[in-house]
Amino acid sequence: MIAIIKYNAGNIQSVQNALTNLGYESVITDDHATILAAEKVIFPGVGEASSAMQYLKEKGLNEVLTAIKQPFLGICLGLQLMCKSSEEGSTECLGIFDTEVKQFPPTDKVPHMGWNNSTQLEGSLFLNINLEDSFYYVHSYFAEVCENTISVCDYIEPFSAALHKNNFYATQFHPEKSADIGMKLLKNFLKL
Amino acid sequence: MLKKRIIPCLDIKDGRTVKGINFVDIKDAGDPIELAKKYVEEGADELVFLDITATLENRKTLVDLVRAVAQEINIPFTVGGGINSVKDVQKIIKAGADKVSVNSSAVKRPALITEIANQFGKQCVVAAIDTKFENGEWKVFTHGGKTATPLNTVAWAKEVEALGAGEILLTSMNNDGMKTGFAIDITQEVSEAVNIPVIASGGAGEMEHFKAVFEKTSATGGLAASIFHYGEIPIPQLKEYLKTQKIAVR
Repeated sequence: MIAIIKYNAGNIQSVQNALTNLGYESVITDDHATILAAEKVIFPGVGEASSAMQYLKEKGLNEVLTAIKQPFLGICLGLQLMCKSSEEGSTECLGIFDTEVKQFPPTDKVPHMGWNNSTQLEGSLFLNINLEDSFYYVHSYFAEVCENTISVCDYIEPFSAALHKNNFYATQFHPEKSADIGMKLLKNFLKL
Repeated sequence: MLKKRIIPCLDIKDGRTVKGINFVDIKDAGDPIELAKKYVEEGADELVFLDITATLENRKTLVDLVRAVAQEINIPFTVGGGINSVKDVQKIIKAGADKVSVNSSAVKRPALITEIANQFGKQCVVAAIDTKFENGEWKVFTHGGKTATPLNTVAWAKEVEALGAGEILLTSMNNDGMKTGFAIDITQEVSEAVNIPVIASGGAGEMEHFKAVFEKTSATGGLAASIFHYGEIPIPQLKEYLKTQKIAVR
Protein backbone atom coordinates (compact mmCIF):
# COMPACT_ATOMS: atom_id res chain seq x y z
CA MET A 1 0.00 0.00 0.00
CA ILE A 2 1.21 3.49 -0.94
CA ALA A 3 0.25 6.34 1.39
CA ILE A 4 -0.53 9.69 -0.22
CA ILE A 5 -0.34 12.42 2.39
CA LYS A 6 -3.65 14.22 2.78
CA TYR A 7 -3.31 17.90 3.53
CA ASN A 8 -4.79 21.18 2.40
CA ALA A 9 -3.30 21.12 -1.08
CA GLY A 10 -4.74 20.50 -4.51
CA ASN A 11 -3.89 17.87 -7.11
CA ILE A 12 -3.89 14.91 -4.74
CA GLN A 13 -6.49 12.97 -6.73
CA SER A 14 -4.29 13.08 -9.85
CA VAL A 15 -1.50 11.30 -7.98
CA GLN A 16 -3.88 8.55 -6.89
CA ASN A 17 -5.27 8.24 -10.44
CA ALA A 18 -1.74 7.78 -11.80
CA LEU A 19 -0.93 5.10 -9.22
CA THR A 20 -4.18 3.27 -9.98
CA ASN A 21 -3.39 3.31 -13.70
CA LEU A 22 0.06 1.88 -12.93
CA GLY A 23 -1.60 -0.93 -10.95
CA TYR A 24 -0.70 0.22 -7.43
CA GLU A 25 -3.10 0.47 -4.53
CA SER A 26 -2.95 3.69 -2.58
CA VAL A 27 -4.72 5.53 0.19
CA ILE A 28 -5.04 9.28 0.74
CA THR A 29 -4.52 9.69 4.47
CA ASP A 30 -3.29 11.85 7.32
CA ASP A 31 -3.36 8.99 9.82
CA HIS A 32 0.06 8.61 11.45
CA ALA A 33 -0.03 4.83 11.85
CA THR A 34 -1.17 4.26 8.24
CA ILE A 35 1.58 6.52 6.93
CA LEU A 36 4.29 4.89 9.03
CA ALA A 37 3.16 1.40 7.98
CA ALA A 38 2.97 2.15 4.23
CA GLU A 39 5.44 0.58 1.79
CA LYS A 40 6.04 3.97 0.21
CA VAL A 41 4.90 7.50 0.88
CA ILE A 42 4.03 10.25 -1.61
CA PHE A 43 3.81 13.86 -0.48
CA PRO A 44 2.09 15.78 -3.30
CA GLY A 45 0.85 19.29 -3.48
CA VAL A 46 -0.07 22.48 -5.15
CA GLY A 47 -0.67 25.34 -2.77
CA GLU A 48 0.88 27.91 -0.50
CA ALA A 49 3.85 27.05 1.74
CA SER A 50 3.02 28.74 5.06
CA SER A 51 -0.59 27.52 5.27
CA ALA A 52 0.49 24.03 4.23
CA MET A 53 3.21 23.92 6.92
CA GLN A 54 0.76 25.20 9.52
CA TYR A 55 -1.67 22.42 8.58
CA LEU A 56 1.06 19.77 8.79
CA LYS A 57 2.01 20.99 12.28
CA GLU A 58 -1.60 21.05 13.48
CA LYS A 59 -1.93 17.42 12.43
CA GLY A 60 1.46 16.49 13.88
CA LEU A 61 2.50 15.39 10.39
CA ASN A 62 5.74 17.38 10.39
CA GLU A 63 7.27 14.95 12.89
CA VAL A 64 5.82 11.87 11.18
CA LEU A 65 7.12 12.82 7.74
CA THR A 66 10.70 13.46 8.85
CA ALA A 67 10.74 10.14 10.75
CA ILE A 68 9.78 8.04 7.72
CA LYS A 69 12.33 5.38 6.72
CA GLN A 70 10.65 3.93 3.63
CA PRO A 71 11.00 5.47 0.12
CA PHE A 72 9.37 8.90 0.16
CA LEU A 73 8.55 11.13 -2.83
CA GLY A 74 7.66 14.81 -2.52
CA ILE A 75 6.08 16.53 -5.51
CA CYS A 76 6.07 20.28 -6.30
CA LEU A 77 5.03 22.04 -3.06
CA GLY A 78 5.95 18.74 -1.38
CA LEU A 79 9.56 19.24 -2.53
CA GLN A 80 9.59 22.83 -1.32
CA LEU A 81 8.25 21.88 2.12
CA MET A 82 11.07 19.31 2.44
CA CYS A 83 13.69 22.09 2.21
CA LYS A 84 14.99 24.23 5.09
CA SER A 85 12.82 27.26 4.47
CA SER A 86 10.73 29.03 1.85
CA GLU A 87 10.48 32.69 0.94
CA GLU A 88 6.77 32.04 0.37
CA GLY A 89 5.23 33.39 3.55
CA SER A 90 8.70 33.31 5.23
CA THR A 91 8.11 29.69 6.15
CA GLU A 92 10.32 27.40 8.16
CA CYS A 93 9.98 24.00 6.46
CA LEU A 94 10.82 20.37 7.28
CA GLY A 95 14.58 20.73 6.70
CA ILE A 96 15.17 17.35 5.05
CA PHE A 97 17.14 18.88 2.18
CA ASP A 98 19.91 21.34 2.85
CA THR A 99 18.63 24.13 0.61
CA GLU A 100 16.33 27.12 0.54
CA VAL A 101 13.29 27.94 -1.56
CA LYS A 102 13.35 31.30 -3.32
CA GLN A 103 10.91 33.23 -5.48
CA PHE A 104 11.68 33.55 -9.20
CA PRO A 105 12.72 37.11 -10.10
CA PRO A 106 10.30 38.66 -12.64
CA THR A 107 12.80 38.57 -15.52
CA ASP A 108 10.65 36.07 -17.44
CA LYS A 109 7.06 34.82 -17.21
CA VAL A 110 6.13 33.58 -13.72
CA PRO A 111 4.79 30.99 -12.92
CA HIS A 112 7.22 28.72 -14.76
CA MET A 113 4.39 26.84 -16.44
CA GLY A 114 4.67 24.09 -19.01
CA TRP A 115 7.03 21.37 -20.20
CA ASN A 116 10.75 21.65 -19.61
CA ASN A 117 13.71 19.30 -19.85
CA SER A 118 16.62 18.81 -17.44
CA THR A 119 20.16 19.99 -17.97
CA GLN A 120 21.40 17.35 -15.58
CA LEU A 121 19.94 14.16 -14.10
CA GLU A 122 21.30 11.19 -12.20
CA GLY A 123 20.28 8.19 -10.14
CA SER A 124 17.72 5.43 -10.17
CA LEU A 125 14.72 7.79 -10.17
CA PHE A 126 15.70 8.79 -13.73
CA LEU A 127 16.41 5.29 -15.04
CA ASN A 128 15.77 5.28 -18.83
CA ILE A 129 14.95 9.00 -18.81
CA ASN A 130 17.07 11.36 -20.91
CA LEU A 131 18.01 15.03 -21.02
CA GLU A 132 15.67 15.56 -24.01
CA ASP A 133 12.66 14.34 -22.03
CA SER A 134 10.36 17.02 -20.64
CA PHE A 135 8.30 17.12 -17.48
CA TYR A 136 5.36 19.38 -16.62
CA TYR A 137 6.12 22.24 -14.22
CA VAL A 138 3.96 24.86 -12.58
CA HIS A 139 5.59 26.91 -9.83
CA SER A 140 6.64 30.43 -8.83
CA TYR A 141 9.19 29.38 -6.19
CA PHE A 142 12.20 27.09 -6.65
CA ALA A 143 14.74 25.18 -4.55
CA GLU A 144 18.33 26.31 -5.05
CA VAL A 145 20.82 23.78 -6.38
CA CYS A 146 22.60 22.01 -3.50
CA GLU A 147 24.47 18.80 -2.72
CA ASN A 148 21.15 16.88 -2.62
CA THR A 149 20.27 17.97 -6.18
CA ILE A 150 20.00 15.03 -8.60
CA SER A 151 18.43 16.93 -11.49
CA VAL A 152 18.72 20.52 -12.63
CA CYS A 153 16.26 22.51 -14.75
CA ASP A 154 17.09 25.92 -16.15
CA TYR A 155 14.38 28.58 -16.16
CA ILE A 156 15.43 32.14 -15.31
CA GLU A 157 18.22 30.39 -13.40
CA PRO A 158 19.29 26.78 -12.75
CA PHE A 159 17.23 25.23 -9.94
CA SER A 160 16.68 21.80 -8.35
CA ALA A 161 14.34 19.79 -10.59
CA ALA A 162 14.81 16.83 -8.24
CA LEU A 163 16.46 16.19 -4.88
CA HIS A 164 17.57 13.02 -3.09
CA LYS A 165 18.85 12.28 0.39
CA ASN A 166 18.75 8.79 1.93
CA ASN A 167 15.17 7.50 1.51
CA PHE A 168 13.83 10.96 0.59
CA TYR A 169 13.23 11.92 -3.05
CA ALA A 170 11.45 14.94 -4.45
CA THR A 171 10.60 16.47 -7.81
CA GLN A 172 9.66 20.06 -8.57
CA PHE A 173 7.79 18.89 -11.68
CA HIS A 174 4.56 16.88 -11.63
CA PRO A 175 5.29 13.29 -12.75
CA GLU A 176 1.56 12.50 -12.46
CA LYS A 177 0.90 15.16 -15.13
CA SER A 178 3.91 14.42 -17.32
CA ALA A 179 2.41 11.79 -19.64
CA ASP A 180 4.55 8.71 -20.43
CA ILE A 181 7.81 10.14 -19.07
CA GLY A 182 6.14 10.97 -15.78
CA MET A 183 4.72 7.45 -15.52
CA LYS A 184 8.22 6.09 -16.14
CA LEU A 185 9.57 8.15 -13.24
CA LEU A 186 6.74 7.07 -10.93
CA LYS A 187 7.43 3.43 -11.83
CA ASN A 188 11.13 3.96 -11.07
CA PHE A 189 10.17 5.31 -7.65
CA LEU A 190 7.66 2.55 -6.97
CA LYS A 191 10.33 -0.08 -7.73
CA LEU A 192 12.86 1.38 -5.27
CA MET B 1 14.32 25.07 -22.40
CA LEU B 2 10.64 25.74 -21.69
CA LYS B 3 8.58 24.32 -24.55
CA LYS B 4 5.80 26.11 -26.41
CA ARG B 5 2.51 24.39 -25.61
CA ILE B 6 0.06 23.04 -28.19
CA ILE B 7 -3.40 22.96 -26.65
CA PRO B 8 -6.51 21.44 -28.24
CA CYS B 9 -9.80 22.85 -26.95
CA LEU B 10 -12.87 20.62 -26.67
CA ASP B 11 -16.29 22.24 -26.61
CA ILE B 12 -18.62 20.26 -24.39
CA LYS B 13 -22.40 20.31 -24.44
CA ASP B 14 -24.41 18.07 -22.12
CA GLY B 15 -21.34 15.92 -21.56
CA ARG B 16 -20.61 15.41 -25.28
CA THR B 17 -18.00 16.92 -27.58
CA VAL B 18 -19.38 19.40 -30.06
CA LYS B 19 -17.87 19.71 -33.55
CA GLY B 20 -15.91 16.46 -33.34
CA ILE B 21 -15.43 14.15 -36.28
CA ASN B 22 -14.62 10.49 -36.24
CA PHE B 23 -10.95 9.72 -36.34
CA VAL B 24 -10.23 6.36 -37.90
CA ASP B 25 -8.92 4.92 -34.67
CA ILE B 26 -11.49 6.16 -32.19
CA LYS B 27 -15.01 4.89 -31.99
CA ASP B 28 -16.85 8.00 -30.99
CA ALA B 29 -15.52 11.52 -31.50
CA GLY B 30 -18.49 12.82 -29.55
CA ASP B 31 -17.09 11.13 -26.47
CA PRO B 32 -14.82 13.70 -24.79
CA ILE B 33 -12.83 11.00 -23.00
CA GLU B 34 -12.02 9.13 -26.22
CA LEU B 35 -11.03 12.36 -27.90
CA ALA B 36 -8.95 13.51 -24.93
CA LYS B 37 -7.06 10.21 -24.84
CA LYS B 38 -6.40 10.49 -28.56
CA TYR B 39 -4.91 13.97 -28.07
CA VAL B 40 -2.72 12.79 -25.19
CA GLU B 41 -1.37 9.97 -27.38
CA GLU B 42 -0.68 12.45 -30.16
CA GLY B 43 1.41 14.63 -27.85
CA ALA B 44 -0.94 17.46 -26.85
CA ASP B 45 0.68 19.43 -24.01
CA GLU B 46 -2.53 20.38 -22.21
CA LEU B 47 -6.24 20.21 -22.85
CA VAL B 48 -9.01 22.75 -22.37
CA PHE B 49 -12.62 21.66 -21.89
CA LEU B 50 -15.10 24.45 -22.47
CA ASP B 51 -18.60 23.68 -21.27
CA ILE B 52 -21.24 25.38 -23.37
CA THR B 53 -24.17 23.59 -21.73
CA ALA B 54 -27.09 25.91 -21.35
CA THR B 55 -28.99 24.46 -18.41
CA LEU B 56 -27.90 24.18 -14.80
CA GLU B 57 -29.34 20.68 -14.63
CA ASN B 58 -26.98 19.39 -17.28
CA ARG B 59 -24.02 21.10 -15.64
CA LYS B 60 -23.91 18.30 -13.12
CA THR B 61 -22.76 16.02 -15.91
CA LEU B 62 -19.70 18.27 -16.26
CA VAL B 63 -18.35 17.29 -12.84
CA ASP B 64 -18.82 13.62 -13.68
CA LEU B 65 -17.04 14.18 -16.96
CA VAL B 66 -14.11 15.94 -15.24
CA ARG B 67 -13.77 13.02 -12.85
CA ALA B 68 -13.75 10.52 -15.71
CA VAL B 69 -11.24 12.58 -17.73
CA ALA B 70 -8.91 12.87 -14.72
CA GLN B 71 -8.91 9.11 -14.35
CA GLU B 72 -7.95 8.58 -17.97
CA ILE B 73 -5.40 11.24 -18.90
CA ASN B 74 -2.05 12.19 -17.39
CA ILE B 75 -1.48 15.70 -18.72
CA PRO B 76 -2.83 18.94 -17.23
CA PHE B 77 -6.29 20.13 -18.17
CA THR B 78 -8.38 23.25 -17.72
CA VAL B 79 -12.15 23.39 -17.39
CA GLY B 80 -14.13 26.50 -18.22
CA GLY B 81 -17.63 27.71 -18.96
CA GLY B 82 -20.19 28.94 -16.50
CA ILE B 83 -17.94 29.06 -13.45
CA ASN B 84 -19.38 31.74 -11.18
CA SER B 85 -18.21 30.96 -7.67
CA VAL B 86 -15.52 29.37 -5.53
CA LYS B 87 -18.03 26.61 -4.87
CA ASP B 88 -18.17 25.80 -8.60
CA VAL B 89 -14.37 25.74 -8.68
CA GLN B 90 -14.20 23.44 -5.66
CA LYS B 91 -16.32 20.81 -7.41
CA ILE B 92 -14.28 20.96 -10.62
CA ILE B 93 -10.88 20.85 -8.89
CA LYS B 94 -11.94 18.11 -6.49
CA ALA B 95 -13.04 16.06 -9.49
CA GLY B 96 -9.47 16.31 -10.79
CA ALA B 97 -9.09 19.36 -13.06
CA ASP B 98 -5.82 21.28 -12.73
CA LYS B 99 -7.13 24.72 -13.62
CA VAL B 100 -10.37 26.53 -14.22
CA SER B 101 -10.95 29.33 -16.69
CA VAL B 102 -13.21 32.26 -15.96
CA ASN B 103 -14.44 34.79 -18.50
CA SER B 104 -17.79 36.63 -18.31
CA SER B 105 -18.15 35.93 -14.58
CA ALA B 106 -14.80 37.62 -13.87
CA VAL B 107 -15.74 40.69 -15.89
CA LYS B 108 -18.98 40.90 -13.96
CA ARG B 109 -17.29 40.37 -10.60
CA PRO B 110 -13.46 40.69 -10.81
CA ALA B 111 -13.03 39.63 -7.15
CA LEU B 112 -13.86 36.07 -8.26
CA ILE B 113 -10.31 35.75 -9.65
CA THR B 114 -8.80 36.72 -6.29
CA GLU B 115 -11.12 34.40 -4.39
CA ILE B 116 -10.14 31.42 -6.53
CA ALA B 117 -6.43 32.31 -6.38
CA ASN B 118 -6.52 32.62 -2.59
CA GLN B 119 -8.11 29.25 -2.12
CA PHE B 120 -6.50 27.17 -4.87
CA GLY B 121 -3.39 29.14 -5.86
CA LYS B 122 -2.77 31.46 -8.80
CA GLN B 123 -1.70 28.59 -11.04
CA CYS B 124 -5.29 27.35 -10.87
CA VAL B 125 -6.89 30.46 -12.39
CA VAL B 126 -6.89 31.01 -16.14
CA ALA B 127 -8.41 34.34 -17.15
CA ALA B 128 -10.04 33.79 -20.54
CA ILE B 129 -10.36 37.04 -22.47
CA ASP B 130 -12.39 37.30 -25.67
CA THR B 131 -11.35 40.38 -27.60
CA LYS B 132 -12.48 42.16 -30.73
CA PHE B 133 -10.91 45.02 -32.68
CA GLU B 134 -13.57 47.64 -33.20
CA ASN B 135 -13.37 51.37 -33.91
CA GLY B 136 -9.60 51.39 -33.61
CA GLU B 137 -9.38 49.60 -30.28
CA TRP B 138 -9.13 46.04 -28.92
CA LYS B 139 -12.03 45.70 -26.49
CA VAL B 140 -13.18 42.89 -24.18
CA PHE B 141 -16.36 40.98 -25.05
CA THR B 142 -18.27 38.50 -22.87
CA HIS B 143 -20.93 35.80 -23.15
CA GLY B 144 -19.28 33.98 -26.00
CA GLY B 145 -18.50 37.24 -27.73
CA LYS B 146 -22.10 38.42 -27.83
CA THR B 147 -21.83 41.21 -25.26
CA ALA B 148 -19.61 44.28 -25.64
CA THR B 149 -17.91 45.79 -22.58
CA PRO B 150 -16.16 49.14 -22.18
CA LEU B 151 -12.95 47.36 -21.11
CA ASN B 152 -9.73 47.89 -23.04
CA THR B 153 -8.10 44.50 -23.58
CA VAL B 154 -4.56 45.35 -22.46
CA ALA B 155 -5.85 47.19 -19.38
CA TRP B 156 -8.09 44.25 -18.45
CA ALA B 157 -5.20 41.81 -18.95
CA LYS B 158 -3.08 43.81 -16.50
CA GLU B 159 -5.98 43.89 -14.08
CA VAL B 160 -6.56 40.12 -14.13
CA GLU B 161 -2.84 39.63 -13.45
CA ALA B 162 -3.03 42.00 -10.47
CA LEU B 163 -6.17 40.20 -9.23
CA GLY B 164 -4.29 36.90 -9.13
CA ALA B 165 -4.75 35.11 -12.46
CA GLY B 166 -1.92 32.67 -13.21
CA GLU B 167 -2.39 32.64 -16.96
CA ILE B 168 -4.32 34.41 -19.73
CA LEU B 169 -6.14 32.66 -22.55
CA LEU B 170 -6.58 35.35 -25.20
CA THR B 171 -9.03 34.74 -28.04
CA SER B 172 -9.31 37.18 -30.92
CA MET B 173 -12.88 37.11 -32.18
CA ASN B 174 -11.84 38.81 -35.41
CA ASN B 175 -9.60 35.84 -36.17
CA ASP B 176 -11.61 32.99 -34.60
CA GLY B 177 -12.85 30.59 -37.27
CA MET B 178 -11.18 32.54 -40.10
CA LYS B 179 -8.14 30.23 -40.37
CA THR B 180 -6.00 33.20 -41.39
CA GLY B 181 -3.66 33.06 -38.40
CA PHE B 182 -3.56 34.27 -34.81
CA ALA B 183 -3.96 37.98 -34.01
CA ILE B 184 -0.26 38.73 -33.71
CA ASP B 185 -0.60 42.38 -32.67
CA ILE B 186 -2.90 42.05 -29.65
CA THR B 187 -1.29 38.77 -28.58
CA GLN B 188 2.09 40.50 -28.47
CA GLU B 189 0.68 43.61 -26.79
CA VAL B 190 -0.95 41.55 -24.04
CA SER B 191 1.95 39.14 -23.54
CA GLU B 192 4.38 42.07 -23.23
CA ALA B 193 2.10 43.93 -20.83
CA VAL B 194 1.84 41.10 -18.28
CA ASN B 195 4.37 38.79 -16.63
CA ILE B 196 2.13 35.70 -16.54
CA PRO B 197 1.95 33.19 -19.43
CA VAL B 198 -0.37 34.03 -22.34
CA ILE B 199 -2.03 31.41 -24.56
CA ALA B 200 -2.93 32.60 -28.06
CA SER B 201 -6.27 31.47 -29.44
CA GLY B 202 -8.38 32.07 -32.52
CA GLY B 203 -7.44 31.87 -36.17
CA ALA B 204 -5.09 28.92 -36.51
CA GLY B 205 -5.58 27.34 -39.92
CA GLU B 206 -2.07 26.28 -40.95
CA MET B 207 1.07 25.09 -39.22
CA GLU B 208 2.81 28.35 -40.21
CA HIS B 209 0.36 30.24 -38.02
CA PHE B 210 1.76 28.56 -34.93
CA LYS B 211 5.30 29.36 -36.04
CA ALA B 212 4.32 33.01 -36.54
CA VAL B 213 2.68 33.43 -33.15
CA PHE B 214 5.61 31.81 -31.34
CA GLU B 215 8.22 33.81 -33.25
CA LYS B 216 6.50 37.18 -33.22
CA THR B 217 4.97 37.19 -29.75
CA SER B 218 5.87 36.08 -26.22
CA ALA B 219 2.86 33.73 -26.09
CA THR B 220 3.86 30.43 -24.48
CA GLY B 221 1.05 28.36 -25.95
CA GLY B 222 -1.26 28.11 -28.92
CA LEU B 223 -4.83 26.86 -28.65
CA ALA B 224 -7.07 25.61 -31.43
CA ALA B 225 -10.18 23.48 -31.81
CA SER B 226 -11.51 22.61 -35.25
CA ILE B 227 -8.17 22.11 -37.03
CA PHE B 228 -7.37 19.39 -34.52
CA HIS B 229 -10.89 17.91 -34.33
CA TYR B 230 -11.24 17.68 -38.08
CA GLY B 231 -7.76 16.25 -38.44
CA GLU B 232 -6.68 19.13 -40.67
CA ILE B 233 -3.44 19.49 -38.72
CA PRO B 234 -2.40 16.37 -36.83
CA ILE B 235 -0.53 17.33 -33.64
CA PRO B 236 2.51 15.07 -34.31
CA GLN B 237 2.94 16.69 -37.73
CA LEU B 238 2.61 20.19 -36.25
CA LYS B 239 5.26 19.45 -33.64
CA GLU B 240 7.66 17.95 -36.20
CA TYR B 241 7.21 21.05 -38.33
CA LEU B 242 7.83 23.42 -35.40
CA LYS B 243 10.99 21.49 -34.50
CA THR B 244 12.34 21.98 -38.02
CA GLN B 245 11.58 25.68 -37.58
CA LYS B 246 13.73 25.75 -34.42
CA ILE B 247 10.78 26.31 -32.10
CA ALA B 248 11.11 24.39 -28.84
CA VAL B 249 8.25 21.89 -28.50
CA ARG B 250 7.94 18.65 -26.60
